[in-house]
Amino acid sequence: MKLKQLSVFLENKPGQLLLPCKALSDAGVNIHTLCLADTQQFGILRLVVEDWKAAKEILEQNGCVVKLTDVVAIEVEDRPGGLARIIDILDKGRVNIEYMYAFTFGRNNRAVLIFRFDDPDSAVELLDSEGIGIVGAPDFFKLAGNGK
Amino acid sequence: MKNALDEDAVRNNSASAMDFLPVPQLRALQLGRLRGIVERAYERVPLFRKRLDEARLKPGDLDSLGAISRLPFTVKADLRDTYPFGLFASPMKDIVRLHASSGTTGKPIVVAYTREDIGVWSNVMMRSLISCGLHQGDIIHNAYGYGLFTGGLGMHYGAEALGATVIPVSGGNTERQIMILKDFGVTAISCTPSYFLHLVERASELGLDMKKLPLRAGVFGAEPWTEEMRRHIEACTSLKAYDIYGLSEIVGPGVAIECCCQDGLHIFEDAFYPEIIDPETGEVLPDGAEGELVLTTLCKNAMPMIRYRTRDITSLIAEPCGCGRTIRRMRRISRRSDDMFIIRGVNVFPSQIETALLSARGTLPHYLIVLTREKGLDNMEIQVEVTPEVFGDTIGALEKLKKHLMASLERVLNIRADVRLVAPRTIKRSEGKVKRLVDLRNASK
Repeated sequence: MKLKQLSVFLENKPGQLLLPCKALSDAGVNIHTLCLADTQQFGILRLVVEDWKAAKEILEQNGCVVKLTDVVAIEVEDRPGGLARIIDILDKGRVNIEYMYAFTFGRNNRAVLIFRFDDPDSAVELLDSEGIGIVGAPDFFKLAGNGK
Repeated sequence: MKNALDEDAVRNNSASAMDFLPVPQLRALQLGRLRGIVERAYERVPLFRKRLDEARLKPGDLDSLGAISRLPFTVKADLRDTYPFGLFASPMKDIVRLHASSGTTGKPIVVAYTREDIGVWSNVMMRSLISCGLHQGDIIHNAYGYGLFTGGLGMHYGAEALGATVIPVSGGNTERQIMILKDFGVTAISCTPSYFLHLVERASELGLDMKKLPLRAGVFGAEPWTEEMRRHIEACTSLKAYDIYGLSEIVGPGVAIECCCQDGLHIFEDAFYPEIIDPETGEVLPDGAEGELVLTTLCKNAMPMIRYRTRDITSLIAEPCGCGRTIRRMRRISRRSDDMFIIRGVNVFPSQIETALLSARGTLPHYLIVLTREKGLDNMEIQVEVTPEVFGDTIGALEKLKKHLMASLERVLNIRADVRLVAPRTIKRSEGKVKRLVDLRNASK
């Protein structure tokens, strides 16, 4: 039910984002989705790719510090209120969100939310019990593939 | 051993007479004192006796000043290894003062003074102030720290010996310092040059033009500084800026100071015998050659230092000075032969930073110390490479790591250091050895 996300440490200065992106591109790894968190001095690049093992190895060979994290992907309708409903459930269930990001896959009218929870297992349980559709890896990459 | 400094000064009816002795007379005086101090150290300090015995030497073998090169060196580690009182040559009942300075491993280095030693120190400090054109009637704002650090009290006693009015301001509280400078008719100030630049900057922010103050002299030391800084200081104030040199192991401030010519620092040779050596081979180099400064205290009773390796790199100038002093000069300290550096008057060894990083994370990351100077204030930034063991995927985790490292550094160093997390392998390695220190302070003014 959970997805593997790769986080890469970056210094906040010009040219830093290029190294991991180029390394993956040279190895033919497609980045399905990403998000960049930044502070004044440093940032964290978060990536979801299909073959995370290969991607992690490539990044590490290129000198990146990589952290593997479990994240939860949820598919929602791409319309007002789609996100709010999920957040409301999590809030009521007192589940803490470390961070999240969202994106849409091209032509289908659906959006995918990626959540990083302190405790992903209990979050999955809660969302499941509320009938929220959690996207597992096979579906996620099928969706991503369709969107291309 | 007899301390003749004050008597000589009185006999010549000039407080600075020892600075102007004919050279042969000075050398004879030095040789006599050297024999006395070596004998004292041999008789009273076990470490020194052992070293001399090992070298099959007796104090009586010193038949000329040149023979000093046969004596063993003393190094900072000797003070650490004999912590706290192992190198004292006087019983505690004769010791009237202790000071301490930062060591390499958390334990300070302890130094001692008899009443006579305090007299010698006050005398060389008084002559230092005379060398800066100061006299009775001057009002001296002493912003060196009072306490274990030798700077504050050393300057204080010299100013009192001179008969000047000394204001023991000590460090900190910049606004109050500016008020005193403005309201007390201060004519001279003593502090670290970087702190003075900070005072100038802050005064200007508060709308005070330092040029309008009656300041005539600034006695700046306890950290290395440059000609560029001198020009800058003299351009935005009315004072002449003088470089003063000293170190706790020898006496504190007052080992050497510039005169009105501002061209090299006169070493008070009647009290401190200087040599320049090749830091690699230990071989004595001739006057004019650059190398490591080695000092021998000629009249220090409580803690004689024989051929103490200062690690400061300079050269000696034997040519006569325009001021007429016959005591030799040394060039401004350009750098050190070890990796110690001084920031805001505090001695810091990279090994202390390693200790702090190790205690914070359990493993030693690659790191780089970057020193910069901004608006006259020295800043220290420790760049630390992020490793997989400590990297988290949230900003909060990284901020926490950074705070944790900063707290650990401050605990060990007693001064604040910024931490910058950097990507792995960004700190340059050359031939397996990492350059630990980048000092940009002189580059940035």
